[in-house]
Amino acid sequence: MIHTALDGALACALAWLLLAALALVPAGGAAFARRIAFPLGAVAGLALAAFGLLAIWEPPASRTLVLGLPDLPFHVRLDPLAGFFLFLLGAVSAGISVNAAGYFRAEAPGRLALIGLQYFVFLASMAMVVLADDAYLFMVAWETMALASYFLVTTDHDQPAIRSAGFLYLLIAHLGAIAILLCFGIMHGGRGDYTFEALRAAELAPYWSTTAFLLAFFGFGAKAGMIPLHAWLPEAHPAAPSPVSALMSGVMLKTAIYGMVRVVYDLIGDVRWEWGLVVLAIGAATTLFGVLYALMQHDLKRLLAYHSVENIGIILLGLGMSLVFIGFGHPAAGALGLIAALYHTLNHAVFKGLLFLGAGAILHSRGLRDLNDMGGLVRTMPRTALYFLVGALAISALPPLNGFVSEWLTFQTALQAPVLREGAVRSLLPLFAATLALAGALTAMCFVKVYGIAFLGQPREPRHPAREHSGRDCGPLEQLGMAWLAAGCVALGLFPTAMLAALDRVSVALTGTGLADEALGAGWLWLVPTTASQAAYSPVIFLVVIVAVVLLTILLVRRFYHGRVRYSHPWDCGFPEQTARMQDTADAFGQPIRHVFGPLYLMKRHLPGAEDPSPRFTLKIEDRHWYWLYLPVARLAEYVSARVAALQRGRIGVYLAYSFLTLIALLAFAT
Amino acid sequence: MSQAPAIAFQAVQSVLVVLAAPLVLGWVNQCRAWLQNRSAPSILLPYYTLAKLFHKDAVIAEHASPLFRLTPYILFGCMWLAAGVVPVLATSLPFAPAADIIALVAVFALARVFASLAAMDIGTSFGGLGARREMLIGFLAEPAMLMTLFTAAFISGSTSFTTIVATLAHRELAIYPSLAFAAVAFLMVLLAENARIPVDNPTTHLELTMVHEAMILEYSARHLALVEWAAAIKLFAYMTIGFALFAPWGIAEAGDWAALPLALAALAVKLALAGAGLALIETVSAKFRIFRAPEFLSTAFLLAVLGMLIHFLLQG
Repeated sequence: MIHTALDGALACALAWLLLAALALVPAGGAAFARRIAFPLGAVAGLALAAFGLLAIWEPPASRTLVLGLPDLPFHVRLDPLAGFFLFLLGAVSAGISVNAAGYFRAEAPGRLALIGLQYFVFLASMAMVVLADDAYLFMVAWETMALASYFLVTTDHDQPAIRSAGFLYLLIAHLGAIAILLCFGIMHGGRGDYTFEALRAAELAPYWSTTAFLLAFFGFGAKAGMIPLHAWLPEAHPAAPSPVSALMSGVMLKTAIYGMVRVVYDLIGDVRWEWGLVVLAIGAATTLFGVLYALMQHDLKRLLAYHSVENIGIILLGLGMSLVFIGFGHPAAGALGLIAALYHTLNHAVFKGLLFLGAGAILHSRGLRDLNDMGGLVRTMPRTALYFLVGALAISALPPLNGFVSEWLTFQTALQAPVLREGAVRSLLPLFAATLALAGALTAMCFVKVYGIAFLGQPREPRHPAREHSGRDCGPLEQLGMAWLAAGCVALGLFPTAMLAALDRVSVALTGTGLADEALGAGWLWLVPTTASQAAYSPVIFLVVIVAVVLLTILLVRRFYHGRVRYSHPWDCGFPEQTARMQDTADAFGQPIRHVFGPLYLMKRHLPGAEDPSPRFTLKIEDRHWYWLYLPVARLAEYVSARVAALQRGRIGVYLAYSFLTLIALLAFAT
Repeated sequence: MSQAPAIAFQAVQSVLVVLAAPLVLGWVNQCRAWLQNRSAPSILLPYYTLAKLFHKDAVIAEHASPLFRLTPYILFGCMWLAAGVVPVLATSLPFAPAADIIALVAVFALARVFASLAAMDIGTSFGGLGARREMLIGFLAEPAMLMTLFTAAFISGSTSFTTIVATLAHRELAIYPSLAFAAVAFLMVLLAENARIPVDNPTTHLELTMVHEAMILEYSARHLALVEWAAAIKLFAYMTIGFALFAPWGIAEAGDWAALPLALAALAVKLALAGAGLALIETVSAKFRIFRAPEFLSTAFLLAVLGMLIHFLLQG
C-alpha cells in the first residue's frame, strides 16, 4: 500500500542523509556543498513541508521499516501532529538552508564538508524523531540529533569557551535523554513491546502515570531549555555558526515540544489537571526569567538565546492551560490552549530563525556580536535591517505580525477560565495571563534596545576591533533565506485562519475535540477562537486600515502643505558637542530594569571612587541558577566520583577479585 | 440588513475623534491654568499650534533613516485606528470586530515601539534616554492596562468592546467592586501612558526630567505636528476607553441616528468633567523622580490583578 505523505516524508529524510554523505566526497569540494548541497537541502525541506501539510488532512499512516535489530524493527507513523511538526521543520529549515548556502561561502573546504555532514544528519534525525512510532527508533533519532548538534555547536572547537559550552550541552542533553528513556520504561511496564501503539494501550495507575509525566516533562524540558534546565542554551546556541543557531533555536527546541505533546496527550493520554499547574508554574518562571535575563545581555546571539527560553515558557503556558482545562473536563477550552501553544511553536520557529540569520548577517558583514560595538547598521545593511525589523516586531507580539496572533490565542485561552468551577484554579489562570502580558511588554523593550542600538543611531567605535570585513549587506542567498522567513512572519500573521484550520485537525486527532463550528466557519478574514461575540480579530482589516490612514495622511499633508525639508545637524536640545559615544549602550538601556528587578540578578559591579585616577566601571551579570543548582550538583558529582575512584587500584589482581565477587553475587542471586 | 448607516456612524466617529482631540487638550490646559491662577490661553490654542507647525519647513538630521520620517505617520495611523475601535459615540461599529481589547492595547504598544525606535534613530543622547524611559513606563503600564480590561472582559464574558459596553451599559444597578479597583488602576495607567504628571510632565523641557518630550526632540514642523496630534488623539482615546468601561451611559447603537444627539451631549459632558479632573490631579500632585514611576505603575498592575481576583471571589 502506498502512503503518499509518509513515503514522501521518508524520502525527504533519506535525501538529507544522502546529501550528508555526499558532502564528505572530496571531489566536489567546497563548491559542491555551497552550490548544490545546501540548495538541494532547502528543496527537500520544502517538499517535506508539503508532505507534512498533506498529512494533516489525511488519516494517519504507518509503516514498518526493514531497518533496526532482528525482531525489533523500526516503526514510523505520520499523523496530523507529526505532519504539523514536519511542516514546521521543512518550511523553516528551507529558509535556513538557503541562507547557509550563502553564509558558508568563505568556509575552508575541510571544515565545510564536516559542517555539511553534521548539518544534514541533524536535519534528517529531527525528521525521524517526529516520524518515529516506537520508543527504540525515537531514542536512536533523539540521540543522533543531540550528537549532530553537539558537533555543530563545537565547530570552532579550538576555543576553550566553546568546548565547555558543548560539554555542558551534551551533559544536560543526556540527563534529559535518561529521563525520557525511564519514562518510556514506565509506560512499557514490562508488558508487550516498545511500539507507541503498545504504550498507548497500556493502562497506568495514577501514581505511575504522574511519574511518567514528570519524567517526560523534565526530560523534554531539558532539551527545550525550560528553567531550571536552561543553562546550556545561552551558552550553546550562540557558540554555533549562525544558521545552525537558527536551526537549533528555531527547530530543535520544537522537537522537545513535539515529544512533550506526543507523550503527554497521546501516549499517556489520561491527563490530570495537577500536571497542568506544574507546567504553568514552570512556564511562567521560564517566561519571566528568560526575558529579564535577555534584557541584560549585550551579546546579540546570547540575547536571542535567552529569548528562546522565554518563548518556550510562553508555549508551556499555553500547554499548561490546555492540560488544566482538559483535566477538569473542558475539552473545548483545552483544545484552544493546545492550538495556541502549537501556533506559538510555529511562530517562534519562524521569527527566531529569522533573527538568528540576521545576527549572522551582522557577524559576517562587520564581525561584530557585541551590541555595544554596533550602531547605524540600517545605512550599510538596509535589507537585513528591514528583515530584522519584521522579526523584531513579530517577537514583540505586535499586530499584524504572527507573534501577536499566538499570544492573542493564549490570552483567549486564559479568558476561558470562568468555565472552571474550581475557585482557586480558576483565579490562578488570569495570573498566568498577567505574566504573559508582562513578558510581552518586556520583550518589546528588549527589541527596541536591540534594533535601536544595532541598526539605528550612529556607528559606535568598537571596543573589540573586528578583523577585515566587507561592511556591506549580505549576499543574495542569505537575503533570500531571511526574506522567506520574514514572509512567513507576515503570512502567519495576516492569514491565521488557514493555519488554525490545520491545527484544529491536529487537535481533533489528538484530543478528540477541536474548535467550535462558529470559530471555523467565520471566514478567512476573521480570527475567532470561540464565538464572534466573545472575541474576534482581523489582521487584514487591521493592516489595511493602518496603511490606508498612513497613506491618506501623507497625501493630505502633501496636498495642503509644502513638502519642504532642510537637512542639518541633530539638535539634541542645543548641546554643542555630540559624539557617537554619547548614545545609549546596550547596558545603559537595560539599566532601569536592573534597578527595578535588582534582586533577581547576581551582579558583580565595580564603581570607581571620586578620587580614582584611572576610573573604570565594570559590570557582570550572572545567572543565579549556577550558584544554587548547578555548582552544588557538580560538586556532589565530583565528590561521589572521587569516592568511587577509590575502587580503582590499578592492579590486575584487585580487578580479578572484583570479577570473582561479582560472579559469586550473581550466582547467589540467580539460584 | 444594510450596513450603510453603521458605516456612516463609523466615519462620523473617526472624523470627530481626530478633529476634537486637540480641543480636549486645549480644555485640559485651560482648566490647569485656571487652577494655577494663571490667565488661561484660548481653548483653541492646540489648533493654532498645529497650523503653525504644518506651515514650517521641516528640519531633519542629516543621517536620519526612512524610519524616522515615516514614524509620525505610523503614530497618527495607529491612533486613528484606536479611535475607530473604541466605542466613543456608539457600539456595534462595523469596524469594531477587527480589533478587540487585546489588539487595542497592542496598537498602543506598536505606536510606542515605533516612537522609541525613531527616538534612537538620530543617535543623540536625549533620544536614547527618552526611549529607554518610555519603554520603562510602558512595560508596566501595558500589562496593567490589559489586566484592567480583562476585569471588564470577565464580567461580560467577552473581549470585544461592543459586547463589553453593551453588558456594562445595560446592567441593572449592581455595583462591581472589581470595577472599582480596575478604575483606580486605569486612572493611574492613563496618567502614565499620556505623559501626564506625576509620571511625566507634558510642559517640561528640563533635560533630566522629560520622557515623552525627550523622544520627540528631533522632530519639527509637520512631523512634530503629527506626533503632537497623535498624542492628543491618544489622550482622547484613553478617556473614552474609561467612559466605555466605567461610565457607558448615553452611548448609542450604530445606525441609530435619533440617539446621536444624546450620545454627543453625554460625551461632551463626560469629556469636560474628565478634563477638569485631569487638570486637578496634575495641579495637586508633583512629578515623581523616574524610579518612583515603576512603583506607581506596579501598584496599578497589582490593583488591576486584585480587581480581577475579587471578581472571581465574589462570583464564585
